[in-house]
Amino acid sequence: MDVTEILTMSKDALMSNRIRSALTMLGVIIGVASVIMLISIGEGARAYIHRELGNLGTNILLVVPGKTSAKGGFHPPEASTIRKLIYDDAVIIKKRTKHVADAVPVFLGSSKIKYLNQSRDNSVAGVTETYFDMRNLAVESGRFISESDVDSKRKVAVLGRTVKRDLFGDKNALGTLVTVGDSKYRVIGVMEKKGVTLGIDFDDIVFIPTTSAQELFDTDRLFNITIKVKSSKELAEATAEIKQILMKRHAGREDFTVMSQDEMLGVMTKVLNILTAVLAGIAAISLLVGGIGIMNIMLVSVRERIREIGIRKALGAKNRDILIQFLSESVALSLLGGSIGVLLGSAISLGLPYFLEFLPTQISWWSIFIAFFFSASVGIFFGVYPARKASLYDPITALRYE
Amino acid sequence: MIVLKDVRKSYVLPKVTVEVLRGIDMEVAEKEFMAIMGPSGSGKSTLLHIIGCLDRPTSGTYMLFGVDVSRKTDNELAELRNRKLGFVFQSFNLLPRFPAWKNVELPLLYSGVHATERKQKALEILAKVGLSHRAEHYSNELSGGEQQRVAIARALINNPAIILADEPTGNLDSRSGKEIMEIFKGLNKEGVTIILVTHEKEIAEQAGRTITIKDGMCQGGCY
Repeated sequence: MDVTEILTMSKDALMSNRIRSALTMLGVIIGVASVIMLISIGEGARAYIHRELGNLGTNILLVVPGKTSAKGGFHPPEASTIRKLIYDDAVIIKKRTKHVADAVPVFLGSSKIKYLNQSRDNSVAGVTETYFDMRNLAVESGRFISESDVDSKRKVAVLGRTVKRDLFGDKNALGTLVTVGDSKYRVIGVMEKKGVTLGIDFDDIVFIPTTSAQELFDTDRLFNITIKVKSSKELAEATAEIKQILMKRHAGREDFTVMSQDEMLGVMTKVLNILTAVLAGIAAISLLVGGIGIMNIMLVSVRERIREIGIRKALGAKNRDILIQFLSESVALSLLGGSIGVLLGSAISLGLPYFLEFLPTQISWWSIFIAFFFSASVGIFFGVYPARKASLYDPITALRYE
Repeated sequence: MIVLKDVRKSYVLPKVTVEVLRGIDMEVAEKEFMAIMGPSGSGKSTLLHIIGCLDRPTSGTYMLFGVDVSRKTDNELAELRNRKLGFVFQSFNLLPRFPAWKNVELPLLYSGVHATERKQKALEILAKVGLSHRAEHYSNELSGGEQQRVAIARALINNPAIILADEPTGNLDSRSGKEIMEIFKGLNKEGVTIILVTHEKEIAEQAGRTITIKDGMCQGGCY
């Protein structure tokens, strides 16, 4: 018997019990489809984070007050008091380092914004002129905060798109005065749409000069210092420089944290990898269950066809012929189920982002290969036992079976 | 061609050992038409299965075509059944999933004959038993006599030396039974050895020789 012969035989057998074959395959289909789908969700999330962090600028370091670790794990509190980061820290970092291109002291707070009778509570960020380039931000109309705005503590504001729409609607905002806190600020620009990036809605922020923010919030405590390093190769040297300078200013204590985006990326990738592995593992279990379903149905099918086995043996079928016949049926079930599962899983993975916008997906070829070959081996593995059982029936016993 | 010497067959059941055949000595010559008679439970079917290489004797020797069958492996026996022997059963034993011609070609599948040749041969043999018009029919669309003719066609397709029939007319009306017996007689005239198990005297009388089995032993006609 050649391969086409065997395939025709399996087709005949499977087609004679269509519903049962379809239901058995369904187990494999669901298993394979969910493996592909869950891996593509994991891969999609990974790609999404890479893209988003790229959106937020490259070669960026963040200095935040307090000692934390971006690598995970806990540190015992080293001191009861944590020294805050202040404006001068940023100035000195910029002045005394070789590898840092720029250091922006960032204030962040919440304040009431009013225009005529419209008002909303809003995040207000105090930044300098270089912040926009660092974070890849752009204006839709007007201009950014300039160096002279910062130097002369000018009361000017650049509005995020959502803020502008809420306060002004379709009306022109440029040049008008809005009330931020207690004082009037002139609108000099409106941001281009940026969207939500890593949980921060850049469209919902009002940017003002960092010097004005210090006055507005009446504090010198910085939210962070955002640092642009000259090149990606210098990230480590820059981090060392910053630590050295700040520790000297903080009485030798490292009560601050320098985070790099790569480090954050590393942590998130690690978490995502674990999550993907766990999800794929669960999906693989469902594939295994599908395989058990195949074995179950093959056992039933063998039992139903004991007489057929006897007839075939009487006509000259060898044990091997019977083994191949039943094994090819289970392999056909799992391969066909696997193929449908691959198509279904890929289709769901492609379609999912259209229905759930927060769930980016990316189909990876290796997941398709793994799912497909895993399903094939499930078919062989779970098909061998029933097929072997079938092949070992004594012809007389099988012929007499009712 | 067939020589049995002191062939015994016993089945070991949980509590007792049942001796079905208790020392059969017999010979069958080439081109013979032989009937094996005996009441039910006499062991005549078991004897036929042993002659047909579907079963092995517990002890004794069985020489088929001058070769001791007990020395052959299961695969060699399967090959023997496939190429030299043809079986016809009381209950026809056709596969209901297949049309008549597919049932007929089944033995050729296991002797590695190509599909187109198989179908051609199957149709030829079906014509020989007068069932060309039934080739595409399934067994539930055929009468008992027709089914048995399909089964005979299946037994004949590899040009076997011996046809073994276990109560071939047992499930048929007398007219169909006669037709089947005519086919067997015709085949025997062409040179096929026929061994037929029956408990009906009229059937056995049509054979060239009759042996009688009772309680697993030969009552007469074995030589």
